[in-house]
Amino acid sequence: MSGKVVVVGNGMVGQRFLEQLAGRGEFEVTTFCEEPRPAYDRVQLTSFFSGKSAADLSIAKKEFFEQTRMTLRLNDAVLAIDPVRKVLRSARYREVAYDKLVLATGSSPFVPKVAGHDRRDCFVYRTIEDLEAITAAARRSKVGVVIGGGLLGLEAAKALKDLGLETHVVEFAARLMAVQLDDSAGRLLKKKIESLGATVHLQKNTREIVGGAERRNRLVFADGTHLEADLIVFSAGIRPRDELARGAGLVVGERGGVRIDSHCRTSNPDIYAIGECALWDGRIFGLVAPGYQMAEVAARHIAGEENVRFLGADLSTKLKLMGVDVASIGDAHGAARDAASYVYTDEVVYKKLVVSADRKQLLGAILVGDASDYGPLLQLVLNAMPLPEHPEDLILPTRDVTAKKGLGVDLLPDSALVCSCNSVSKAQICAAVRAGCTTLGSLKKQTRCASSCGGCGPLAKQIVDAELKKQGVAVTNHLCEHFPRSRQELFHLTRIHSLKTFEALIGRFGRGKGCDVCKPAVASILASCWNEMVLKPAHAPLQDTNDHFLANLQKNGTYSIVPRVPGGEITPQKLVVLGQVAEKYGLYTKITGAQRIDLFGARAEQLPEVWKALIAAGFESGHAYGKALRTVKSCVGSTWCRYGVQDSVTMAIGIENRYRGLRAPHKIKMAVSGCTRECAEAQGKDVGVIATEKGWNLYVCGNGGMKPRHADLLARDIDDRTLIAFIDRLQRTSAWLENLEGGIDYVRRVVCEDSLGIGAELEADMARHVASYECEWKKAIETPEILARFRHFVNSDEPDSGVVFVTERGQPIPA
Amino acid sequence: MRICSFNQILNNSGVAALVGGEQVAIFRVDQEVYAIGNRDPFSGANVLARGMVVASPVYKQHFSLLTGRCIEDPSVSVPVYRARVEGADIQIL
Repeated sequence: MSGKVVVVGNGMVGQRFLEQLAGRGEFEVTTFCEEPRPAYDRVQLTSFFSGKSAADLSIAKKEFFEQTRMTLRLNDAVLAIDPVRKVLRSARYREVAYDKLVLATGSSPFVPKVAGHDRRDCFVYRTIEDLEAITAAARRSKVGVVIGGGLLGLEAAKALKDLGLETHVVEFAARLMAVQLDDSAGRLLKKKIESLGATVHLQKNTREIVGGAERRNRLVFADGTHLEADLIVFSAGIRPRDELARGAGLVVGERGGVRIDSHCRTSNPDIYAIGECALWDGRIFGLVAPGYQMAEVAARHIAGEENVRFLGADLSTKLKLMGVDVASIGDAHGAARDAASYVYTDEVVYKKLVVSADRKQLLGAILVGDASDYGPLLQLVLNAMPLPEHPEDLILPTRDVTAKKGLGVDLLPDSALVCSCNSVSKAQICAAVRAGCTTLGSLKKQTRCASSCGGCGPLAKQIVDAELKKQGVAVTNHLCEHFPRSRQELFHLTRIHSLKTFEALIGRFGRGKGCDVCKPAVASILASCWNEMVLKPAHAPLQDTNDHFLANLQKNGTYSIVPRVPGGEITPQKLVVLGQVAEKYGLYTKITGAQRIDLFGARAEQLPEVWKALIAAGFESGHAYGKALRTVKSCVGSTWCRYGVQDSVTMAIGIENRYRGLRAPHKIKMAVSGCTRECAEAQGKDVGVIATEKGWNLYVCGNGGMKPRHADLLARDIDDRTLIAFIDRLQRTSAWLENLEGGIDYVRRVVCEDSLGIGAELEADMARHVASYECEWKKAIETPEILARFRHFVNSDEPDSGVVFVTERGQPIPA
Repeated sequence: MRICSFNQILNNSGVAALVGGEQVAIFRVDQEVYAIGNRDPFSGANVLARGMVVASPVYKQHFSLLTGRCIEDPSVSVPVYRARVEGADIQIL
């Protein structure tokens, strides 16, 4: 096939059409795009506010147009189409001829025609330019309001929140996300969004927008009430961009949209329409996945495939709105005849199943607060698979953490659509695995599965692993290609054979030279087992990034220094020294989350001098650079506090000094609280201690950071000695507990009841560690060959000219 | 140009050197030495010599010692210099 194909619009769907057409024939393709930049990911638009750049969001790569020789005309809007002569006119070209024309003009935000809708600081939320305008206006605003409580409106509200505005959402209907949710789900979502600091106003019909008394604008509602805001964002739905089609005399729907047939052809057989501007079977599809399907159908039809058809699409959706998981699947409102439903809610999550009258098939579902069941439930609907005998089991919480509910991926039919954004089926994933794909990352590259919204990622990973297993490829836990062993096995081998160096370990149990995965891992194992100085010449080349210079590498190549402040208790004299050192070396100082002080901006060659001064004042390495014990945080405890029941500071200092320098597979954090008010946040730590009237409660395997986890109670009301003995025997973190067969009960049997009889041995190990501790920095400044590392150039004393600072709020920061 | 003695670089590690005003990262792998630019093109920091051989310690991209090309993103590369062991010394040509 050949001929001139012209595409109007380079949004996500327009771009997907080009990708689908590439390689399907000898077409001469031209795309017009009225925006100043090629296609970008509008689904992720909100992430523009959380720091992603326009380049990050871009999905049309420059190389694509070079390689395919397609022409992209940016900043050039098509103004009119003459379907008789088959030419079009754009802002810059008088006549461009086409054989086939594809309209991918998308939609525009609907702005209700209330009086004052065009006042200053009224915006819509659609393009990067809109977002830039909102960002600029936010700088001179305090209060922002979004008109529209649908999916896009809540996205916009998150953006306003991220911009630091007091945020309001105004919705005409009686609940949020009226299309996707029912009343109870909408109520819970409202509660959650309000707890995150945005105010929701329901059943408010905006009558006009006028100047405000306190803020720049005032929304006047039909019920006589009003709300003032500086900045207003309209997100009250979309309207298809069908003006070109109307001008060309194509058939459009009563309420807009270019009517298309199943081949995505409009009423003129040489003109196609795809995406949000197209009307199929009386429906507009406002999601990207159906648009992608239309793009493929149109491309294949133009390339000569007569039988390819668009037959509607599933509008199920899963998203995170202001941090709240929300999903809506299939017939969520139970519109089908005699549909029955199951509902579970505890005011934290809401889960609803809509099932057929005979309760054999799932028709739809709603999830709020926890959407982790989205993948399996969607598969049940899409594949019309039989429901289990007790459908309620699918949504009821289970108390047994080890029992995995849901449905095994083996039961999924090959035709199951796993990634609806990119139309990837289970069969395609399995085929990719057979062709050599072994990870989710490589699957994304090869099939695009999970590369758009990412919602199907966990399910896709399960399918990959299951298929690998089927192939007889054991899903290995090998460290890397150089060590056909797991980290745990290497740890045991290192101990049993008393191996003290990387060379000894790789010579005996590995192959090759090693890489940046196995070297730091082995370095950590050696440090855990033998506690030797990590910068000894035998170990130094294994140390990555932070361990390399015993300091934390920052983005401009300088380092930060965190001296140990046990328990967060520090004398005025030591505070003065920290200030003097920072002042002398021009360091930026910041209090860390772990009750310590971080000194930023030291060049590598300055580190030894800085540490000489710190050590002279009695400081020690804080191991902030290592996978090691960090701080043992404490509240001030019974010494000062009116409520404290134990001396948490003394206990915290004792624990920190006992385990300082202890290296492990992960960093380790601990805390001690002096009473049940828990001011030290001990339940978010690997080891948490909370004082009771009778002694201490010991919590384990809590976590903060990316995957917060509340710690589990291991032992109650134990005395000081037992507390230390139990901590001696512990060495693990939350991710480990999640995957441990037997869970916390098993840990309790081993640690508290010594069911394996290894308690004494573990305590002796720890005693050896305590006895062999020395401050790494003290050792470093006393050892000439280690000191020799600390220079920027091996052949010059010049400092790194790339390190440049500017001043902000009276402190140096990277230029 | 002589940079340093061979023994000054631990096996499988790197050092930075100033060569005619430019920052060069020199790596030793057994008896061979290699040299590439010290500036990490992703972070802009002059730190490649401090990484594993050869991965940026900042965002962990890998670079070829022979071509300077980034393994993860072949459109990015760092300069390559000719380095050799001459007697007990390391030289950049």
